[in-house]
Amino acid sequence: MLTETFRALRPTVVLLVLVTIVTGLLYPAVITGIAQVALPVKANGSVLSDVHGQPIGSALIAQNFTGPTTFHPRPSAAGKDGYDASSSAATNLAPGSKDLRDAIAKRVSSARAEGMTGDLPADLVTTSASGLDPDLSPEAAFLQAPRVAKARGLDVAKVKSLITAQIEAPLLGIIGEPHVNVLLLNRQLATLSATTPGK
Amino acid sequence: MTFAGWSMILLFVVLIVALAKPAGAWMHALYARETLPLGFVERGFYKLAGIDPKAEQSWVGYAVSLMVFNLGGIALLFAILKLQGVLPMNPQGFGGMETLLAFNTAVSFVTNTNWQNYGGESSLSNLSQMAGLTVQNFLSAAVGIAVAFAFIRGFARKQASGIGNFWVDVTRATLYLLLPISVVLALVYVVMGVPQTFGPSVVATTIEGAKQTIAVGPVASQLAIKMLGTNGGGFFNANSAHPFENPTALNNFLQMLSIFVLGAGLTLTFGKAVGNVRQGWAILAAMLLLFIAGVAVAYGAEAAGNPIHHALGVAGGNMEGKEVRFGIAATALFAVVTTATSCGAVIGMHDSFTAIGGLVPLFNMQLGELVIGGVGSGLYAVLIYCILAVFIAGLMVGRTPEYVGKKIESREMKLAVIAIAIPPLAILGLTAVACITGAGLAGPAAKGAHGFSEILYAFTSGAANNGSAFGGLSGNTPFYNLLLALDMFVGRFGVILPVLAIAGGLAAKRRVPEGAGSFPTTGLLWIGLLAAIIVIVGGLTFLPALALGPIADQAQVAAGTLL
Repeated sequence: MLTETFRALRPTVVLLVLVTIVTGLLYPAVITGIAQVALPVKANGSVLSDVHGQPIGSALIAQNFTGPTTFHPRPSAAGKDGYDASSSAATNLAPGSKDLRDAIAKRVSSARAEGMTGDLPADLVTTSASGLDPDLSPEAAFLQAPRVAKARGLDVAKVKSLITAQIEAPLLGIIGEPHVNVLLLNRQLATLSATTPGK
Repeated sequence: MTFAGWSMILLFVVLIVALAKPAGAWMHALYARETLPLGFVERGFYKLAGIDPKAEQSWVGYAVSLMVFNLGGIALLFAILKLQGVLPMNPQGFGGMETLLAFNTAVSFVTNTNWQNYGGESSLSNLSQMAGLTVQNFLSAAVGIAVAFAFIRGFARKQASGIGNFWVDVTRATLYLLLPISVVLALVYVVMGVPQTFGPSVVATTIEGAKQTIAVGPVASQLAIKMLGTNGGGFFNANSAHPFENPTALNNFLQMLSIFVLGAGLTLTFGKAVGNVRQGWAILAAMLLLFIAGVAVAYGAEAAGNPIHHALGVAGGNMEGKEVRFGIAATALFAVVTTATSCGAVIGMHDSFTAIGGLVPLFNMQLGELVIGGVGSGLYAVLIYCILAVFIAGLMVGRTPEYVGKKIESREMKLAVIAIAIPPLAILGLTAVACITGAGLAGPAAKGAHGFSEILYAFTSGAANNGSAFGGLSGNTPFYNLLLALDMFVGRFGVILPVLAIAGGLAAKRRVPEGAGSFPTTGLLWIGLLAAIIVIVGGLTFLPALALGPIADQAQVAAGTLL
């Protein structure tokens, strides 16, 4: 056994070094090189910029919206105040957790205060797995339409048709769920307001 | 449950069956030492490392090489994690990892577990992610495949003294299987929106004027091997639930396929090697039977949702800890896929699943991750159960059991029982230790039965080398860092060593031709028997613990008890 151990030392050291070079350095470097040349926007995190070229966030990452004039994303447990894109996290609360029940109850009553009636879609009042879920279910977006329309002085039907246009359908009808990206929806909303002056 | 949801699940199963064939055939070419294209690369590796690729190793030689290689890997990874503060490629300027955490992480990645007591984006440099973790993602998967190859040789060879060459098997699996597929997958992931950059975090000013620091990095290259090698260690804390680590439902579907493809293919590699592909299909069929049953239970439970939340006026299934773009069907499917294998990546938080929805991943791991299973480790785990199944069938009819032409005798049975008994011993023993010590009880965030589930899940995940977690458990303490490292080590090598010993013994035996009295191991009867024995052994071992955890939890939630 001792001779076998001794004989294994050189292959161990050499293979670890070679595989580290090939899979640990060359492989990610080559992928990065191709990605940065061919698809720089996606490879750098699908960052969106304002008119001055300043980054305003990522199309893939939730950011918080709190005002009455915008659609609000799902609640977030990422970081201390939520939506921390350098510290993704979930609540990890148990199905029988009192804290979870209380948090959901609180969100349900503020939804009621906004005038939402009937059973609420679950995604609207629960936190996501990453804390950075950029999407809402169409139902959760439609429920917010009256508030947004009122705050912006827009026709509700117009806001709802904007949501409908933004819904991403499942691939082949089965892979994924229909969803609306909140950041993109809110950006579209700004253009909608701008084209209807005087409201 | 919806029609669309089940259609997606069915499509997944069909594609896995379709992909198993080419994957199995290619791995057979690696197994059988066929000459490969670009053979000079492998020859160069052997030359530099002083390896004679034609040399055969006995099972002891194979096992010693494997242990030295893995201990060397632990030492190297530990050093990189400790020293990342002074090493290059550290744009965020993270310091070295704390010693026990670095030890836990090193054992975790070398054993293909990828249990993570740290948040990737908030503690690891790019160098640690790439040259540290990604390398072991390749190697731990390659080691699993090597052990599977050695075990297959035990069945396929007759009166042989060797079971192959560890160095050749690992090199071939890394360079000619895992690396090329990873390159293709990583590029596809970038096309779908996964970041791949060495740059620092993006600092954005949101529309509402808040500052948002967005962590990016070389994610796509790590993601590809993380799934293909059933490692599961996330680049980000939220793992594949993070929109950067899984931007779309299609990306998610591809990730699930890549978790299963090699494990499914290896069953057919086995069949081909022992001269009857139907032997492989039979194993795959038994696996898929258990798989679909698991998906049905988990999907049903999550779609039914939580009665406590329904009472508040919330509709539909359980969305706490899930992402909208995946929805309930894909999240339940992923949870079963990731725990049927040794992957352990998540797209939804298992801790926030309904009690029964969380029981399925737990039980999957406790069965030994042999429903498809980790790359390599799934095949050797299920072959151990095949040995047990023919033994039990042999007892029923009173004949010496044999499997694919090899007589199963006392030595094989003893070693098989050791391989089956060691993971439960580690899981239940260490869970018990945690439940009677202050340091152990300080871990779980949840109270009552669910808190027990969090502890049980951690040690199950460790010993099964899965790495997924009931995330409420605070694992980054000296107690859990050490005990989980022990758990992972024993769960990995406590199975690999008996497997290699069986392989050595079997390879030396003659092959007996199949006779009229042989128990057929290809038909429906065999598939049913194998699946039943897996479930019964797992059930008998873990039912008491499950009753204290998820089952009690479910009863409390149904009664509306809040803790």
